[in-house]
Amino acid sequence: MTTLTKHSGQAARSPRPKAGKGEKQSLARRFGDLKIALFFIAPAMIGLILFYLVPTIRGIYLSFTEYSILGDPEWIGARNYERIAKDPLFWNALGVTSEYVVINIVLQTALALGLALLMQRVAKSTLVRGALLMPYLMANVIAALLWFWMLDYQIGIINQIIEWTGLPRVAFFGSEQWAIPTQALINTWRHMGYTALLIFAGLQAIPHSVYEAASIDGSKAASTFWRITLPLLRPVLVLVLVVTVIGSFQVFDTVAVTTAGGPVNATRVLQFYIYQRAFNEQDFGYGSALAVILFLILAIVAFIQMKFLRGNQSDLD
Amino acid sequence: MSTLASPKTGARRRPFSGPFNWRRAIALTLLALAVAVSILPFYWVLRTALSTNGSLAANSANLLPADFNLGAFKRVFGLQSASEAIAEGGSGASINFWQYLWNSLLFSGITTACAVFFSSMAAYAFSRLRWKGRDAVFSLFLATMLVPPIFTALPNFLLIKNLGLLNSMLGLVLPYLFMTPFAIFFMRQFFLNMSREVEEAAMLDGAKHWRIFFQIVMPNAAAPIATLALLTFMGQWNEYFWPLLVGTSEESRVLTVGLGVFKSQSPQGAPDWSGLMAATLVSATPVLILFAIFGKRIVNSIGFNGTK
Repeated sequence: MTTLTKHSGQAARSPRPKAGKGEKQSLARRFGDLKIALFFIAPAMIGLILFYLVPTIRGIYLSFTEYSILGDPEWIGARNYERIAKDPLFWNALGVTSEYVVINIVLQTALALGLALLMQRVAKSTLVRGALLMPYLMANVIAALLWFWMLDYQIGIINQIIEWTGLPRVAFFGSEQWAIPTQALINTWRHMGYTALLIFAGLQAIPHSVYEAASIDGSKAASTFWRITLPLLRPVLVLVLVVTVIGSFQVFDTVAVTTAGGPVNATRVLQFYIYQRAFNEQDFGYGSALAVILFLILAIVAFIQMKFLRGNQSDLD
Repeated sequence: MSTLASPKTGARRRPFSGPFNWRRAIALTLLALAVAVSILPFYWVLRTALSTNGSLAANSANLLPADFNLGAFKRVFGLQSASEAIAEGGSGASINFWQYLWNSLLFSGITTACAVFFSSMAAYAFSRLRWKGRDAVFSLFLATMLVPPIFTALPNFLLIKNLGLLNSMLGLVLPYLFMTPFAIFFMRQFFLNMSREVEEAAMLDGAKHWRIFFQIVMPNAAAPIATLALLTFMGQWNEYFWPLLVGTSEESRVLTVGLGVFKSQSPQGAPDWSGLMAATLVSATPVLILFAIFGKRIVNSIGFNGTK
């Protein structure tokens, strides 16, 4: 994430017209192009305030109210949060979401790392990369429907194949045990190529000389991977992990289109639960409080990942 | 970016010479498998869309379309009568596919054009202009990337509702119009690396900032702007959550939301698979076309946000 601010050092040396003397010049020096800059950021600023900053504050405020859209929000203090603590559906949603996140992260990162290494070794062609990226360009809804059909219990092709191999059919969406892994698989399919490309870009950035030195020292392929490739990839891997974890916690589209929380509560993930509370039951205060919790979880996860994995430091420097 | 664009293969790559390399063969097989897993589902969608529902069950594992016909596509485009549709396993209820398509185009087109333009303007101020508090304000913009969309979606929904804009195109596009933090970040990176010389010459000739922006900076940034527009358009085309909240009337429903409705319209529990897959395919078509034309540009844009 340091890359985001890296360039601020090389600040724009804005050539100011050689204005008059005295006060006018010192003012210009103090404020620079402030006036014209305000003009340029005005639209973005309106967007930031109206649709990011104010909603953030309002969301936090609403989480302390009881609000059913029809009336006015009524301040009830921390009662929504007390309710959340005792809400079995919330804990279920948290558990289900965590299960989804873990399966998704492990599968996706491992597969993507493998794919990136394969690309690096045998085929860097744009065609291969394009093919792997195709699922990522599809809408979640489309990925969901496509697999909803392929994984159908009765006539889905995957269950046909499973039956040929002599195994029993799997109710991918219909069984409580399989519903979440299935959702995770669908999203792994959609994201694995994209993640692989990110890691691949990181691999390309490792200088060849490092590998040459390792091979001169007699390092074997496996130990080169564990001792050189993986450590040098760390900044990219951390970024990938942060982005994937944060993205997975917000899974919604695939669930909404396929299982809608079921069977029973097996796929009632956090975001879907928030959606149901706020929009189906018009309980906006409670929905907002749940959203605050989700927000906090994401912030903590991102913080821990950056801290422990030292994502902003590269071993290359 | 540059590393992605110019893979140095040539020298070490001799696919058909030398002794047979087992490890290379295994690696190639695995990669081919991954490619197959990525793209074969799309063939299965096409194959299903060209089948009829009645024949699908009996030929569920046939690789070719079962009882090849275009009924499913006709159903999607509203060219089939209700009785025909029901006979082929459809619900018989009409879907305003053309309306949804138009809505998706409007939603994605308007938001892309405005957000890319306004974000470029802001990026210009954050990269080419010098002013007090610039880095602090930029950090504020970046920080909004951390706010999960659902968190702002609830209050934004209330705002749009209070403005009386539910189920209107304006309500749909409004939150996306002014900027996206990513777009600002993306454009800023390019503006930072742009040469200052032409700009300085124009300055000496007395050109004002807005002229420099329109006549020098923007034209020179045509390639990144095109890439950003492409990525934004595809992202918007695939957007589901916000349109689901705000655009639920026929007049404001976009394709992704329409697909969900189409799915839930299945009669007596047996989904209209061929119709659903035809609708899925048609909904994905614009992205597939864009990908066919600009594939390389899209592929090469990956890796931008992370590693450079």
